[in-house]
Amino acid sequence: MSTESRAAASFWEGGRSPYATNSKKLGMWLFIVSDSLTFSALLFTYTYSRVANPNWPTPFHFSPSIIFASVMTLCLLSSSLTMVMAVDAMNRGNRKAAAGWILGTMAGGAAFVVLHLNEWLNLIRNEHITAFANEFGVPLFGATFFALTGLHMTHVIIGLIYLTIISQGIVRGKFKAEDVEVSGLYWHFVDLVWMFIFPLVYLMSAKV
Amino acid sequence: MEETQHAGASTGTFAKIWIVLVALTGAEVLLAYLQVPTLIMLTVLVGLSVIKAALIIAYFMHMKFERLSLFLTLFPILIAFILLMLMFLGDAVRIPSMRPPV
Repeated sequence: MSTESRAAASFWEGGRSPYATNSKKLGMWLFIVSDSLTFSALLFTYTYSRVANPNWPTPFHFSPSIIFASVMTLCLLSSSLTMVMAVDAMNRGNRKAAAGWILGTMAGGAAFVVLHLNEWLNLIRNEHITAFANEFGVPLFGATFFALTGLHMTHVIIGLIYLTIISQGIVRGKFKAEDVEVSGLYWHFVDLVWMFIFPLVYLMSAKV
Repeated sequence: MEETQHAGASTGTFAKIWIVLVALTGAEVLLAYLQVPTLIMLTVLVGLSVIKAALIIAYFMHMKFERLSLFLTLFPILIAFILLMLMFLGDAVRIPSMRPPV
């Protein structure tokens, strides 16, 4: 038996790691894949409702809605950058720097939530849009809009709690580099989802 | 996609990716400001979003430096399922013409 075929046979004898990754990371990836489908379903629901209703509302005035949403996008993108810096610092064994970068990430996430709630209140108070009714006569707009952005905001808030636990833990010497990387995967996913919500919901219904 | 045990990208690369992502977002906002026709707008926005998503997954989420087997396990089936949701597009398009006139 040649060396190659012996190596090939031993591959199937167990004890191998086909993905060369740890189980936490694989678990997070599987969650992200299933969560992507949830968000896809909601995005398709929004888009199909829009296609099926020619008088779909366009309540997003360039100022303030689009400007706010653009700043929110910048907050999330920047928080993703600080998150990779945190993972990088943790890989180099610098726990203090990692905790600092995670705090920066959380600041970006918190700014996003505050701005988004402000944007919601603007829609509710000034445009008179609720989850059940609006002046455009298309109640599906509020239902799909608040469901989609509400689920996303929930993810951001859960991410903030998750990162609080991770940052507190690493300062106290708990958690390994892989734990920070896994929390980073979650945070980048939240950012990723917004990269679809922002153009498809806000920019497609912008009113200059 | 690389099969090698790569340590990952440098912080400089991450900063460059961030600049590209911000620039693409700026281009999207500009399109909205110019009020480009809906179909062109939708095509361009989805295209740019997919590029942004790919950059985030490849670099920020480290997928470029994982084994190809992980990518092949997670993504082809995800993309296939998302594309299956396009099945209802025809229904959505038909509904306005099927409504009885008010």
